[in-house]
Amino acid sequence: MSRELRRMRGRVAIVGAGESDEMGKLPHKSAFALHAESARNALADAGLVKDDVDAVFSAGLWMASETAEYMGIRPRYVDGTQIGGCSFIAHVQHAMAAIEAGVCEVALITHGESGASRVGMPGTRFGPDSTRLQFEAPFGLAGPPTGYALAAARHMHEFGTTSEQLAELAVATRKWAQLNPRAAMRDPLTVADVLASRMISWPLHLLDCCLVTDAGGAVVVTSAERARDLRQKPVYVLGTGEASTHVMVSQMPDFARWEAARMSAERAFAMAGVTHADVDVAEFYDAFTIVPIMGLEATGFCKEGEGGAFVSGGRTAPGGDFPMNTNGGGLSYTHSGMYGMFALVEAVRQLRGECGPRQVKDARIAVCHGLGGMFSAAATLLAGTEAP
Amino acid sequence: MSDYAAPLPVPTPESRPFWDAARRHELTLPCCRRCGKFHYYPRAACPFCLSGDLDWRRVSGRGRLHTFTVVHRGARGFPLGPPYVLAVVELDEGPRMMTNLVGVTPDPASVRIGMPVEVTFADVTAEVALPHFRPAGGA
Repeated sequence: MSRELRRMRGRVAIVGAGESDEMGKLPHKSAFALHAESARNALADAGLVKDDVDAVFSAGLWMASETAEYMGIRPRYVDGTQIGGCSFIAHVQHAMAAIEAGVCEVALITHGESGASRVGMPGTRFGPDSTRLQFEAPFGLAGPPTGYALAAARHMHEFGTTSEQLAELAVATRKWAQLNPRAAMRDPLTVADVLASRMISWPLHLLDCCLVTDAGGAVVVTSAERARDLRQKPVYVLGTGEASTHVMVSQMPDFARWEAARMSAERAFAMAGVTHADVDVAEFYDAFTIVPIMGLEATGFCKEGEGGAFVSGGRTAPGGDFPMNTNGGGLSYTHSGMYGMFALVEAVRQLRGECGPRQVKDARIAVCHGLGGMFSAAATLLAGTEAP
Repeated sequence: MSDYAAPLPVPTPESRPFWDAARRHELTLPCCRRCGKFHYYPRAACPFCLSGDLDWRRVSGRGRLHTFTVVHRGARGFPLGPPYVLAVVELDEGPRMMTNLVGVTPDPASVRIGMPVEVTFADVTAEVALPHFRPAGGA
């Protein structure tokens, strides 16, 4: 299996990356408008035009083909895989497989969401007789914070993780945001500030929770051969993985361990043939402070139960020995609802050396690790500046 | 129509026996005749072996608190709070259920993961009873 996977590494590359022109609170832009401007920016970045695209990948509550229709693209290959906020990272794996199989050549992966303003957003997909409305909602499961709190509490119970350790992650991430002029939250932040912020769902405070914004992003993937003739320095796909274990938080197999992340990262590292020590920069989906802590454990960057200690003392902050969430993350940069795309775009920019004051010096290998649902799914990408 | 402000379960054919039993204040779960395991939420196929040969059985209603959160900003109009305790209970028979822990102060200092709990039914409308849990041995 591992040898079959390794055959794929470095065969495709991310050749374009872009975000919406603006992000934040944008009541004048629909979700599809954010898709389209992100796609325009990513294609321009790649030096490609719309007609070069023959495959569209998108995730949301609508069909990927609706996104294609809005942009006036008639793709021969459409993938609407929706496993939550990490879907776009999974799409990179799907694009790799499709390009390698010869069924498409230029894959456009887009995201746009009016998460804050709710302009042009579809309604709920949960009917009154859905399992979620029968077996979770009647007990007051009220959106993501209440679900993630169930995992945080169990992690604290089993491993002694503390609220201070969760706050340390928010503080380190804010320091990156202070280096990013596009970040939504740039004021200085202390552990005491996080602990003093309003309790949302114990043990999660307001500042343990990500932002809710309007934003979009897009990337373009093509073969390594074609990538060499394009405008940007290719960011090679070295390893990919994805996994899904459940959807509803009440079905989480183990509340203190993120099983999908373990499965996904194991596959990505096996394919890439790199070690954890080879990784120069990390982008970990941070919907809540507990998420990267459990993610770092599950993906093998630290031992089980040691995630809280790992992120303490500014290790993931600028100047720390594990630079992580260098754009300011979902906690302080932007979070439209599906942050995985922004993690992906930042990984590309770091590997190209475009990040100015927040640039991680000599970044050659990046890990981009996404979250789906309620620790329900995960997708992992290892990317690098050189093809093996 | 009731003026109950929170979502009420609307059964499907595969879940109706669960909600009908709850209305009688009985906790019943589907049990697989092939592999012998209980599961929850109720499905038409056993999630362990995919068998469709299932049997509804009454369970003890006892278990342990597996994890919880004290919700301060919750569903608008939710009758128990805020704050209220959203909990996951692991039943003695194996499956875990999302529920509310009642009969305790909604404060993390009053709630302990691992504490023994037992089912208690809340008649939230004339047609619907919800399975809540309380500390075992409670009134």
